[in-house]
Amino acid sequence: MAGYLARRFSLMILTLFGISVIIFVLLRLVPGNIADILFDSAGMINPAEKKQIERELGLDRPIAVQYVQWIGGLMKGDLGYSYKSERPAIEEIAPRIPITAKLAALALVFSVLLGVPLGVVSAVRQNSVLDYVLRVVSLSGLSMPAFWLGLLILMAFVSAFGTIPIYTDPPQSLWDELLLLSVPAAAVGFRSSALIMRLTRSAMLEVLRQDYIRTARSKGASERTINYHHALRNAILPLVTVIGIEAAFLIGGLIVTETVFNIPGVARFLVEAIRWRDYPVVQSLVMFIALIVVLANFIVDLLYAVLDPRIRYAR
Amino acid sequence: MYHRESPGSASIHEEATYSTNVPFMPVFNNLVIYDQHVAQNSLQSIVPELATKWAWSKDNTELTFTLRQGVKWHDGKPFTSKDVKCTFDMLMGKSDAKFRKNPRENWYQNVTDVTVNGDYEAAFHLKRPQPALLALLASGYSPIYPCHVSPAEMRTHPIGTGPFKFVEWKQNESIKLTRNPDYWRKGRPYLDGIEFTIIPNRSTQILAFVAGRVDMTFPTEVSVPMLKDVAAQAPQAICKLAPLNVSTNIIVNRDAPPFNNPQIRRALALTLDRKAFVDILSEGKADIGASMLPPPEGVWGMPKKMLETIPGYGPDVAKNRAEARALMGQQGYGPEKRLDIKVSTRNLAVYRDPAVILIDQLKEIYIDGELEPVETGSWFAKVARKDYVIGLNLTGNSVDDPDQNFYENYACGSERNYTQYCNKDLEARFDQQSVETDIEKRKKLVWEIDKQLQEDVARPILFHGRQATCWQPYVKGVTVMVNSSYNGYRYEDLWLDR
Repeated sequence: MAGYLARRFSLMILTLFGISVIIFVLLRLVPGNIADILFDSAGMINPAEKKQIERELGLDRPIAVQYVQWIGGLMKGDLGYSYKSERPAIEEIAPRIPITAKLAALALVFSVLLGVPLGVVSAVRQNSVLDYVLRVVSLSGLSMPAFWLGLLILMAFVSAFGTIPIYTDPPQSLWDELLLLSVPAAAVGFRSSALIMRLTRSAMLEVLRQDYIRTARSKGASERTINYHHALRNAILPLVTVIGIEAAFLIGGLIVTETVFNIPGVARFLVEAIRWRDYPVVQSLVMFIALIVVLANFIVDLLYAVLDPRIRYAR
Repeated sequence: MYHRESPGSASIHEEATYSTNVPFMPVFNNLVIYDQHVAQNSLQSIVPELATKWAWSKDNTELTFTLRQGVKWHDGKPFTSKDVKCTFDMLMGKSDAKFRKNPRENWYQNVTDVTVNGDYEAAFHLKRPQPALLALLASGYSPIYPCHVSPAEMRTHPIGTGPFKFVEWKQNESIKLTRNPDYWRKGRPYLDGIEFTIIPNRSTQILAFVAGRVDMTFPTEVSVPMLKDVAAQAPQAICKLAPLNVSTNIIVNRDAPPFNNPQIRRALALTLDRKAFVDILSEGKADIGASMLPPPEGVWGMPKKMLETIPGYGPDVAKNRAEARALMGQQGYGPEKRLDIKVSTRNLAVYRDPAVILIDQLKEIYIDGELEPVETGSWFAKVARKDYVIGLNLTGNSVDDPDQNFYENYACGSERNYTQYCNKDLEARFDQQSVETDIEKRKKLVWEIDKQLQEDVARPILFHGRQATCWQPYVKGVTVMVNSSYNGYRYEDLWLDR
């Protein structure tokens, strides 16, 4: 197990290094830099002033030098300065992380709490009216883009309650924050819940046809025990993989959801930073997201061993 | 109020978008300003602000301002004539402190020097008379900056003398201003503060307004179709649809084939059906004009009768296009031999949509256009190196005055003259209208110049757009400017009746 952990950890570091190179190079391949974008709001380009800005920001130096400087800073916890706000990037990023983290966690909880039980119900009641209804619901969840669902929810709120749950002021209490984030979390989590529901259903259907389920039933075990104790435990392994991957995909969904619900989180901030070619902010945020994804996968790998004793990692 | 985006910086002098003017104009004062309660900006609507009065010398080459005494910067330091000199020295590129960008340097090309006489008098010395200098100084783009604060600091934490003090700007989240209790105009501002919540998504913006989460929309940000939604969902809201003084136009690369050929440029001008643009894009609620905003809102736009004498502006589109096809035929183009070109534009809906209509209209004269959407980061660089055939462009005029428009957009060598159109004879006439003090005489000169610009296909104007500003009925004291979307945001007389 220790050897496995060490190998996985080294792979994680290697992956993060690869991502750092890719994002650094890709960003510089995108047409225009911060100086071009700054001049966009001035409606013209003055080549001398542009060069001066590039010089001040170190953009005139060779790309390898820029990379070494950035990665060196990153190792020491220095994310550099935001070109746009002219403040340390960490000051811009740090306050936004908890907002997105809470939103993502809520969305993940929503999707699991909704997706797993409904998937089980759908499998147990296969081909019933309820199964058909749940399958339509899950299909619509997979088909509807999160931003569209978000807008529909906002419109429904306006017409039903005359108000909308968007972020215009920081919430005053945890309860306020929970209320404010629950609607966008539901909007973004709905797609994941649909996926989890479908996977749970198919995994459960497969497991329910196994011999040991028939044996349990012949021994007189209750349906509840069979479904949740015997079947779901064995069906859950592929689900854990998907939930891990979905945690990463949620970031993509959050970008549009944060925009629609006007939530000042990192996902929306990342889009804005890309638009401004704010390299230090984009690089730091992408590395942060990459770290989350890599960690999520690492945790999923560890969970395999916890959930299934047959899996042995140690040689 | 919501804000449509996180602006580039807080430094009005370094930006050329009203995304900066709207939230930061309340922080500052000018020497003079357009009366905030007169909708049409003109030389007649200019009132004192940091200057208490002004006087022209006999030969109209020296403009002297007597400055207000007892005014303090938001950090408590006194405002003096040195601040006026510092501001304009920086704008003219004469001081050691430099702006990172200086988009309006050419506004002051006729100013040789700004001198001070004691702490409360400043004088502008001009190469030649320029009555419109006052119009430029009254713009929202002409705040006075403090000498003691660096340009870099002004980009992130602006210090002004205005009715509101800057509190904080959270990128992509909000900009907060608070009442300046030491404001020199006693009893103002009425509001305790202004908060601009940054909501970039258009649908969310309107829903936030309809749901009453904001008191006002971002100024002139409600399009004609969105205005219908507001009227249906918030019938109590007060909305004003007004021209922006932003024209949608075509930039033509006149140095490269095929548009280096004047006949093909003329054919381009003749194929345009401006009414179609207006009807499709803004349900008929936009204005057709030349480069100056057309009347009645525009002060300097030529009369309709004169406008219709310009090629392509006549009401008989079929006849115009027949003439255009004949011109194309003379150059060897026809149904069998069509001209393939790229129509470049920024990859934003407000640019792309008219570009698509333009492509459709070009087909009428044997030109097959292919849309080339260009990302924002590459657009101005591409235009500057003239890497385009024709482009669809938007031009905002911050001051409804020919000096701002002509010198900025059509003068030889101006950075914002994207097509690098250069007509020395016409430029001499720019100067001629600029020195003219008789407004009626000046108007006639301006109309002739504008007509010539359109006939030269310098930057064919398609239409002048209109957009709306909406506010809740309890918001009082709002005046929407009708010939500029850059100058009406001091907000010191705004109040809430609730």
